[in-house]
Amino acid sequence: MKQLASPKELEAWRQEILAGVDPERPCLRVCDGTGCRALGSQELLGKLHEALNGDGGENGKVDVVATGCPGVWEQGPLVSVDPQQIAYMRVSPDDAEAIVNETLGTGEVIDKLLYKDPSNGEQIVKEPDLPFSSLQTRRVTALSGQIDPCRIEAYLAHGGYAALARALYDMDPEGIIDEVTRSGLRGRGGAGFPTGVKWKFCRQSQSDEKYIICNADEGDPGAFMDRSLLEANPHSIVEGMIIGARAMGATAGFIYARSEYPLAVEHLNLALAQAREHGLLGENILGSGFNLDIDIRLGAGAFVCGEETALMASIEGRPGEPRPRPPFPAQSGLWGKPTNINNVKSWSSIPLIIANGPEWFAEVGTEKSKGTAIFSMVGKINNTGLVEVPMGITLRELIFDVGGGVPGDKEFKAVQIGGPSGGCIPADHLDAEIDYDSLSKLGAIMGSGGLVVTDEDTCMVDLARYFMNFVQEESCGQCLPCRWGTRVLLDILTRICDGEGEPEDIGRLEELAPMVKVSSLCGLGQTAPNPVLSTLRYFRDEYEAHVIEKRCPAGICRGLITYEIDEEVCTGCMVCARNCPVDAISGEKQEVHHIDTDVCTRCGMCMQVCKFDGIRVY
Amino acid sequence: MATTGQERIIQPRVSDIRKILDKQSNGASSLLAVLEDIQHQYRFLPRDALIMVSERIPVPLSRVYSVATFYNAFSLKPRGRHCFQVCTGTACHVRGATLVINRLETLLGIETGETSDDLEYTLETVNCLGACALGPIVVTEQGYDGMMTISKVDKLMRRVHSLGSENADAGKPAQVDAAATDTAPPA
Repeated sequence: MKQLASPKELEAWRQEILAGVDPERPCLRVCDGTGCRALGSQELLGKLHEALNGDGGENGKVDVVATGCPGVWEQGPLVSVDPQQIAYMRVSPDDAEAIVNETLGTGEVIDKLLYKDPSNGEQIVKEPDLPFSSLQTRRVTALSGQIDPCRIEAYLAHGGYAALARALYDMDPEGIIDEVTRSGLRGRGGAGFPTGVKWKFCRQSQSDEKYIICNADEGDPGAFMDRSLLEANPHSIVEGMIIGARAMGATAGFIYARSEYPLAVEHLNLALAQAREHGLLGENILGSGFNLDIDIRLGAGAFVCGEETALMASIEGRPGEPRPRPPFPAQSGLWGKPTNINNVKSWSSIPLIIANGPEWFAEVGTEKSKGTAIFSMVGKINNTGLVEVPMGITLRELIFDVGGGVPGDKEFKAVQIGGPSGGCIPADHLDAEIDYDSLSKLGAIMGSGGLVVTDEDTCMVDLARYFMNFVQEESCGQCLPCRWGTRVLLDILTRICDGEGEPEDIGRLEELAPMVKVSSLCGLGQTAPNPVLSTLRYFRDEYEAHVIEKRCPAGICRGLITYEIDEEVCTGCMVCARNCPVDAISGEKQEVHHIDTDVCTRCGMCMQVCKFDGIRVY
Repeated sequence: MATTGQERIIQPRVSDIRKILDKQSNGASSLLAVLEDIQHQYRFLPRDALIMVSERIPVPLSRVYSVATFYNAFSLKPRGRHCFQVCTGTACHVRGATLVINRLETLLGIETGETSDDLEYTLETVNCLGACALGPIVVTEQGYDGMMTISKVDKLMRRVHSLGSENADAGKPAQVDAAATDTAPPA
């Protein structure tokens, strides 16, 4: 066990690790993040080892590394072959033998496992040439998918903990805060408050104890940037936190992580244990005399705990109910002591700023939003996954160039940014630059980076209802505007989607939504009406179609649509009739079937089971 | 086996709860962690366990109750041996999670949030699991199943059912072993 007692020892160990790295040595990098695991990466890893027949691993001829997620999700499980950097996608365990025998053995590339550009059918061999990768600016996520997140040596080989050594020995706390301030880093959790300023407030608070917290309670539906980062590079977050603790004079740290992310928690625990073992965490870090330990606290499934005061209540062992600010956590936070809370991505940016300098960090981005932004792109988009792009990229570039556009011949309708606190941005504003300020002008927010693309088949009223249902369920119930206001907003939206809305309902939404916004206690209630307000702003015609014409233009809202069987297409195979949960479909074998619309609940089951695409929606 | 779930009231063992409490020494602030461990062990929070926790930490029972009912991860009712969790994140929602839920409700004969009378199955929804590219997702004790369709739900159901009694619960509480029955799935 190496106990590192000085930056010199750290550097010596790094050189030792690097000396053992042979860049020409064959290596199979297999993505083993949550997504690829669900697609079978564990079985694939087993088969690869089997095919290597003892040649895999440190003592063999080939390294096999289980990495975190590089971002390209839909295409998993992913295998990259080094040193050539050949990228294979949708690899099944049955392909393991071919990869070992052909690619590793004879150097042959297996065409069927390559990425095919959907626009021109061109095959792409190398990882850096993938359109998904080449258009990104990967900084915070640079090591995701490249290193084994369970080995501290892998992080060290890429310069890990060098920033910590610098922060402990070559900088004073004010110097660290100054660099973070000059970098222009703004809170990546969504609100965008300048991180350096926040740190300064906490630094200035006098107290015997101070805490720092990493908010890893990523609750926005459709957002998985933090999970991916925690899984793929946990040491970067730990390093960032120790640097922050030194800057603010914190005495203990907590990572508040979602229990829905078991793999992320496992990797974090490993990283903390390794850092402790090697003298990078705990007492007398790197021999500097600075002490800090970091504990993980698990959330128990409450969205509101992403709000900082609720999160602190939860760590204290109480229900996660927010409290009014001021006092801000920097004055009175956890157990009444000064506390600083930052998001996973913010912490992870810190080692980069300290190692490369604030000027490097601020090189990319816009005037007021520096650095890169990480988005998870989901919904009706070709390249579902996680991307890191410079602040200031336009929505069009992000969705159509990096994201590959909308699948099929469908038309892009809007993009929902910022989850339940955010808003929708329609096609007219696709050329808007993405940064904190321009998004809020358009009625959305940067949020934590969840981005849901919708097409012509998405009903915007239904989407607003979905988010309202989410916040209504997650409202802690403490303050009336949120508890009851979101309930009434949801009731109105549900009524509209059920086809029972009245034209006056639109006005009621417009009256109540701003009230909930201004009078709620915490961020959850204050932003809850945003999805309603922004869909009303850009898609008022859809609301009007629902309440006046009694029609759902996207064909989604159950109360406003009718299912019919296309007589031309129906073969009388009876599959729909057998699967209908309410027995609304009748018909003899090999004869055209019919749906009894009075009985039909519009669940869509028949549409999914029909092999002949014979169900129509009106 | 003639016993029904309702008759098999689960009694937590004092020694088990003590073991859980001994691991956490931070007083009131360890309440969540203690409840998480108990929930993990029994798949719900037995009433007697909550009383023991309240006495030993010590915090008022009302506070234990308020925490136990605030967080989605805790359940005061026994949950089934096999739990189906359907993700209802945005991506899963737009890709048809509702259909998956409907199918599971039909197959299991229970509504979302309920547990079957024989304590075999629980069906619930979870907030976004962050595996959005794979939606709709169902989580069982066997891990994540992504891109679910109705036929994949049917297959998953058969797989979970075939685990049935032979794989009964290494490491699960003894009381729940008794739940291993030969009941066919309700479908």
